[in-house]
Amino acid sequence: MKQVLDFEKPVVNLRDKIAELKKITQDSEMDLTDEISTLEERLKVLEDDIYGNLKPWERVQMARHGDRPTTLDYIGLLFTDFIEFHGDRLFGDDAAIVSGIAFYKDKPVTIIGHQRGKDTKENIRRNFGMPHPEGYRKALRHMKQAEKFKRPIICFIDTKGAYPGKAAEERGQSEAIARNLMEMAGLTVPIVCIVIGEGGSGGALALGVGDHIHMLENSTYSVISPEGAAALLWKDASLAKHAAETMGITSYDLKKLQVVDEIIPEPRGGAHRDVDEQAKFIDTVLSKSLKTLATYDEEELLEKRWEKYKQIGDYTNR
Amino acid sequence: MLKDIFGKRRRYASIPSEQGKMDVPEGLMQKCKGCSKIFYTKEVKKSQHVCTNCGYHHPLAAWERIDSLFDEDTFMEWDAGITSANPLNFPDYIEKLEKDQQKTGLNEGVVTGKGLIDSQPTAFAVMDSNFRMGSMGSAIGEKIARAIENARKEAIPFIIFSASGGARMQEGVLSLMQMAKTSIAIKRFSDAGGLIISVMTHPTTGGVSASFASIGDYNFAEPGALIGFAGRRIIEQTIREKLPQDFQTAEFQLKHGQLDKVIHRKDMRNTLSQLLKLHQKGGE
Repeated sequence: MKQVLDFEKPVVNLRDKIAELKKITQDSEMDLTDEISTLEERLKVLEDDIYGNLKPWERVQMARHGDRPTTLDYIGLLFTDFIEFHGDRLFGDDAAIVSGIAFYKDKPVTIIGHQRGKDTKENIRRNFGMPHPEGYRKALRHMKQAEKFKRPIICFIDTKGAYPGKAAEERGQSEAIARNLMEMAGLTVPIVCIVIGEGGSGGALALGVGDHIHMLENSTYSVISPEGAAALLWKDASLAKHAAETMGITSYDLKKLQVVDEIIPEPRGGAHRDVDEQAKFIDTVLSKSLKTLATYDEEELLEKRWEKYKQIGDYTNR
Repeated sequence: MLKDIFGKRRRYASIPSEQGKMDVPEGLMQKCKGCSKIFYTKEVKKSQHVCTNCGYHHPLAAWERIDSLFDEDTFMEWDAGITSANPLNFPDYIEKLEKDQQKTGLNEGVVTGKGLIDSQPTAFAVMDSNFRMGSMGSAIGEKIARAIENARKEAIPFIIFSASGGARMQEGVLSLMQMAKTSIAIKRFSDAGGLIISVMTHPTTGGVSASFASIGDYNFAEPGALIGFAGRRIIEQTIREKLPQDFQTAEFQLKHGQLDKVIHRKDMRNTLSQLLKLHQKGGE
């Protein structure tokens, strides 16, 4: 059973009704074809209306949807011969980040991504996709390896944020994130980052310094969760919806702010409605990115990466 | 009536506090945040705002810090005119900025420039927690990135004193991206052989702690400074347990291997000077 979000209930109800009428037509003598086609027309209009212009808060719910495809789903659909590798060689292995190598269109690549669980048990094992320092350090180890063997790096971003825990602080959560930002800046291989769900703060950015940054249409990327922002700014977490609108966290906002390069469209109703189609949409943008980046030499690549981040921000000079 | 005059002498409660405050001129005395002892402000200033009783390090304003470290009249400010815009049209943001500009006399929460410490040239950035809690938005990110680039071009060391609650919420994802921008600038400088000294002062948390502040060649802190990624309250709510008193202090970070050294304010200038000397070419 798919999880239904509040705002899409009218669509689901109508769809159910159409299915019911179809069943009646099939099972009995009654011919309801006309009514069915009227309703199908109406469904199309309704879908356009609801999915055609999702509000920021609705996109937040899409990005957090329990059935939304994860890093491992896309790895299975976009790459071949994937092998996952574990551990940071310092402390442990963090299941909130998966990392390994595979072929992408017959060329070896390194793939790193946040990994949520799809059920409670897996979510507990993967800490709801919220990494500890060892996760970021594993990622960095694999990035350095990618650099050594001249493989492009593809990062999938999907986290509420770095885990706010005692052990994480003791082991240097700040340093782990900061180190990744700094080292990713200097990697001499192409890096493509794709936000597939929630891009939560520094914990997302620690896999997010790259040459091209893309976002799935209904994913979000923000400095803090809408709930956190509401609690901090207005001392009321229930104003999260308002915060989502004010803080500019959708793919469209980030494109406008010149933070992301491309918005990757989603199937109608969200990525989880058709994972294969979603993978194809990602494929188109990813292959274009890698082709472009392959034309730069190392120096050019690093210079362009710096230029990209250098221009981000809005300030005045009196 | 007579009864009213003699019987209920205390019909109204007196509020002496306002009157009491008037007796002592504003700013003459100051209470230590660590031990609550009262001091003359003059005395506090002489000890660089460190409590002579308990050693508590009170925050220093940016220019006080500069005065305490640089050879007299050698500091030259960079990019003083850079100030925040309001990219998301966030309500009340501009008003809040203006208020803090008046309060601190600064355009933004960081002062950058270069100067001499014991005649040794160094690029410098100092954050001021009195300005929007030192939170990092586009203007701060830009100023710090430019200062690091200047250090690279002039081939001089870069010292940064952090004091920040983290990212500036009102600029949304643009403030998050300043973490990347400053870290890339650090990388470029580091690859060119530049010396980066990071000193974390109270507080250095969130996005500042998780970017340039933690990736110096040397990471120092002032005693008692709060240093960490996530806030204490959030961690306590997440793990559902009380955290120890010293959690995320400079001393805690030192114990957990996250710092090179905790340095008392009175020793700061000498330690920095010595370190700069140790990095001069040929060790002269």
